Amino acid sequence: MEMKQHNWIPGNFKSVPDIGRSAQNDSVQHGWTPITTTTSVLGVVFDNGVALAADTLTSYGSMACFQNNPRILTVNKNIIVAASGEYSDFQFIRDAVEEKVRTEISLNDGISMKPKALYTWLSRVLYNRRTKMKPLWSTFLVAGIQNDEPFLGQIDKLGTAFVDEQIACGYGAYLALPLLRKGIEEKREKSNSKLTKEEAVDLLKKCMEVLYYRDARSHDKYQIGVVTKDSVEVLDLALKPTWEVAKLVQGYE
Amino acid sequence: MFRNQYDSDVTVWSPQGRLHQVEYAMEAVKLGSAVVALKNKTHAAIVALKRAPNELSAYQKKIIPVDDHIGFSFSGLLADARILSKYMRSECSSHKFAHGEDLPVNRLMTKVGNRMQLCTQRYDKRPYGVGLLVAGYDDNGPHIYQTCPSANYTDCKAMAIGSRSQSARTYLERNLEAFKETTLEELLKHGMRALRDTLPNDVNLTSKNVSIAVVGKGQLFEIFNEEKTQAHLLLIEGEERRAPVPSSDSASSGSQPPQDGPGAPPSDAVPAVAMETE
Repeated sequence: MEMKQHNWIPGNFKSVPDIGRSAQNDSVQHGWTPITTTTSVLGVVFDNGVALAADTLTSYGSMACFQNNPRILTVNKNIIVAASGEYSDFQFIRDAVEEKVRTEISLNDGISMKPKALYTWLSRVLYNRRTKMKPLWSTFLVAGIQNDEPFLGQIDKLGTAFVDEQIACGYGAYLALPLLRKGIEEKREKSNSKLTKEEAVDLLKKCMEVLYYRDARSHDKYQIGVVTKDSVEVLDLALKPTWEVAKLVQGYE
Repeated sequence: MFRNQYDSDVTVWSPQGRLHQVEYAMEAVKLGSAVVALKNKTHAAIVALKRAPNELSAYQKKIIPVDDHIGFSFSGLLADARILSKYMRSECSSHKFAHGEDLPVNRLMTKVGNRMQLCTQRYDKRPYGVGLLVAGYDDNGPHIYQTCPSANYTDCKAMAIGSRSQSARTYLERNLEAFKETTLEELLKHGMRALRDTLPNDVNLTSKNVSIAVVGKGQLFEIFNEEKTQAHLLLIEGEERRAPVPSSDSASSGSQPPQDGPGAPPSDAVPAVAMETE
């Protein structure tokens, strides 16, 4: 009887301890704090595409542990994805997405995934995991071209998903999002049009600089991914910070 | 009683390289009432003939909706068609759930084809005794797919299956060039004429025995109700009916069942298909 409980197979004469726990007896909480983390991701829609920005730092607590970890993923010819939060959970999703893309390529039927489909799929996966009380501790930004229109959406670790013209997660939601909105609004007031690709990239560069000065988990090396109707590219960039301003900060000693 | 020596399991080959059980299943497709499917640049349409089992009963439904963008008609065993429709519906809905978009028609047909193939290769199963004509619309435009019990499936410009369907295929072949650029209304008229060609002279199309469905650009899969069917039937009423071409499957009730008993001299294998499509 006991053998049966331990999933006994011929040749296994030892009664081994039950390693996998059933959900009912689960007394161990896991995944409740992220360990190796990444900070903000910014995304902005421009006239004929979408741009994402994220730095390449993975922190271990407050230690700047891995300084060259890219987290903008080129999925196919019209989708890019970036993540913030637990880096290993991003890697897990990246592997799953790459597998999906490989399967699709091997079908060879000329149909490729659209950003809305990946966005929906990610929200299903993340919501499913939070329902199991084992959330994937990451926020994802999906950017791409959906039926010739730019698409930008965010999914968080609870599976909450929404679409917007400008999105920032993590610290960027407090520091960069107002700047992104201001940049878009100013352009609209000036010429009643959307940002151009160059303006969008410049706006993201400015926001990444602000974040570098004020977000203690950020980094001076970062990437900007740009997807338009006819191209996908990921640029490697670096800030040239000046800390002269540090002298002006007073009263915190 | 076996008709010949190699009729036991589906998986048993005859020395001529044929699987008799699969070929018998393909005969079942020829027993159902006729179905015509055709498409133009923007729409795919199904025109099907319904049968009533007896004078007292209603006409059997002939077109099964699968999703907002896919539906099919069939010829053969209704029960098998319903099993396949259940499978197709669940595949479409789980794709819609996971990806928030419609399942592309060719992806669905690959899945259906794989499922139908399984039971031609296992001794404890039997092939599905049904042929499908699937009409669907996706980003690549309208599609017509034909499947048969041997698990072959084909992407078609136009196709007809079922009893006496050779006449309909003859009509479709003669008018094939016209379909692509034509309007939906003209397309349906072609479909109805093709279906009418399968009927004996003393029978005509009525709103009771015809079922029409369309799907296409800006058009969800829709099965016409009786009034709408009647309105379309009026469009071809009074046209002169072409004398039906004597068709091989109506004259001799299908190709000869495979015969290679021990007494028969070995002959060259004749490739068998669900129907003659030449």
